[in-house]
Amino acid sequence: MTKRIILGAVAILLVIVAAYASFFIAPQERTMGLIQRIFYFHAATAWAGEMTFFVCFLANLLYVWKRQPKYDWLGVSSAEVGLACITVVLITGPIWAHPVWGIWWTWDARLTSTFVLWLLYVSYLLLRTLIEEPERRALLSALFGIFAFLDVPLVFFSIRWWRTQHPQPVIMGGSGSGLDPTMSKVFFFSVLAMHVLAAFLIVERYVLEKMKSEFDFLAREVEAQ
Amino acid sequence: MAPIKLSPTGLRFEGIDKRYGGLFALRRVTFEISAGECAVLAGRNGSGKTTLLRIAGQIVRPTAGKLSFPGSSADSAGDSRPGYVGHSTMVYDELTAEENLLLFARLQKVESPVARAENLLREVGLYERRASLVRAFSRGMRQRIAIARALIHRPSVLLLDEPATGLDPLGITWLANSLRELNHAGCTIVMSLHGESEISSLATRAVRLDAGSVIADTKTGASLHDILTFGAA
Amino acid sequence: MSLFSNAAVLLGKELRTEFRSRELLTTTVVFILVVLILFSFAISPTTEESREFGPGLLWLAILFAASLMLQPCFLREQTNDTLSSLRLAVSDPFSIFLAKLIANTLFLLLTELIMLPFFAIFYNVPVLPEFHWLLLVLFLGSLGISIAGTALSAISAQARMRELLLPLLLLPLLTPVLVVSATVTVGLFEREPIVKGKGIAFLAVFDVVFLTALWLFGEYLLEE
Repeated sequence: MTKRIILGAVAILLVIVAAYASFFIAPQERTMGLIQRIFYFHAATAWAGEMTFFVCFLANLLYVWKRQPKYDWLGVSSAEVGLACITVVLITGPIWAHPVWGIWWTWDARLTSTFVLWLLYVSYLLLRTLIEEPERRALLSALFGIFAFLDVPLVFFSIRWWRTQHPQPVIMGGSGSGLDPTMSKVFFFSVLAMHVLAAFLIVERYVLEKMKSEFDFLAREVEAQ
Repeated sequence: MAPIKLSPTGLRFEGIDKRYGGLFALRRVTFEISAGECAVLAGRNGSGKTTLLRIAGQIVRPTAGKLSFPGSSADSAGDSRPGYVGHSTMVYDELTAEENLLLFARLQKVESPVARAENLLREVGLYERRASLVRAFSRGMRQRIAIARALIHRPSVLLLDEPATGLDPLGITWLANSLRELNHAGCTIVMSLHGESEISSLATRAVRLDAGSVIADTKTGASLHDILTFGAA
Repeated sequence: MSLFSNAAVLLGKELRTEFRSRELLTTTVVFILVVLILFSFAISPTTEESREFGPGLLWLAILFAASLMLQPCFLREQTNDTLSSLRLAVSDPFSIFLAKLIANTLFLLLTELIMLPFFAIFYNVPVLPEFHWLLLVLFLGSLGISIAGTALSAISAQARMRELLLPLLLLPLLTPVLVVSATVTVGLFEREPIVKGKGIAFLAVFDVVFLTALWLFGEYLLEE
């Protein structure tokens, strides 16, 4: 319990410092001005999101192999936190794009791929609500989760290739665009902050899922008497 | 229905558990059926009979415990795999009786599948209807094709889940005679039944389940009649 | 190897069942035609636009049709619990998937070939130049759709709202196939047709990845 509180406190602290840094420490970007500062939040959350989906994939594999409920709990927790991260990315993208280009959405490669990723994990969570029996639900959603994760690199490559055929404005600059050293430091600090926050959220969601699962177990046992 | 010599095979359950979430469908079920016995599984609806048979038929995996077939040859493919007759026919409505049996014979690598399918059809009395789609079959005929499918690979153990359901008296007599012949030829039979009938009279052994546990067994002194009519305490 | 002989026997069963009733094929062909006609009402493309947008609409129609066509795949094995008898009879559960995915690919291809002349006429699109390449793209794309669709239909058959669930699971997963197949097809319909080899290679990679995943995890999809 105390470990969880410490983790939460550290997470909040890091996020506050990162926010301060992105507004007051990082230098102003030349062409885009103030709105560019959302980049620290947008990109850091994207990285954290990708990490949580990887955790989800590992949890899914472990469940299929070991069949222990804790991996199912970890799977759903990381998927939900990942989905939250992705939602943030999809919202901050347009917030950034609008002042810069006057459009809300562009089918730029990364944003489009992220949107498909969002759809995949929404389907994963929806699938879970449609299967009642806990062991069956855990196994089938783990298997779908595995297929979904294998699809992710294929989604990114295919959409990037597609976009080379029909170029569009690229949000946030290409991955190769250089960052000024102070900006880099702020960016990596933000990445750290978002990862710790994501970890904290996953732990809390996991504990919730564990309690829910144990309650369901007992409820079924009582019902059977 | 006198098949070739079968290697006498028994059925052993050791500590079988089956859990669905918090629900225990089966709890530490342990007993053994000897080779050649004709055993009945009795119990109320929901006592776990179907689950136990599906585990014995290797359709469902137990949460814990071990299933074995004492006496079978080391090679687990072929006739040591039990034959299973469930609530459904487990054959395709859109295929003919002949096509269904041929399908399963070929999948299980039965020798001379065409001849085997033909023989079985004759034995269950469906040879005249071999080219009819199973969709058109009556309840009794469906039961016969289901049994034929279960026997296609000459199993030494035959499992049947409430085989008499929906059969008319003629059908029940046919079933009783067929099972008797099979048992005499060395096939171990395990079936779940409700109450006493022409079929239960074949039983040399009975076990009663309640809420997933074994509560009575003729091997430990309970009477067949009591087990079948739920008279046991 | 018994995996392939079992798959061959099961493939025979799938084909025999379908060609006896032809219900899947007829409904799927009609469905794709209706979708294509409705698209052209909604968009009314010019000839130039047809060349550019036609392939995307074609593949979209194929995807929609497939997500409907694939639903009975494992559902029909539930009617008489034939899935259990199949699992008992085969030595490797992957043979069940192999047979079904080959059958589904064949049905999809057949549907596409029947529908192609109509597409060419309604959209004024030249489909004949580089026809062998078009065939290859149709094959690789349909194979990818079938592999993913067969796997996911085994999942959706065990859940509620399965009619809505299968498209929901399948369509996002197949985005790469849609995007790449459509782009390659656009290239083939240009005034000077181009063959986008990278795209074709990508489709093959997609097929291999999911076929391997299905081979590794298929037996768990059928567990009871």
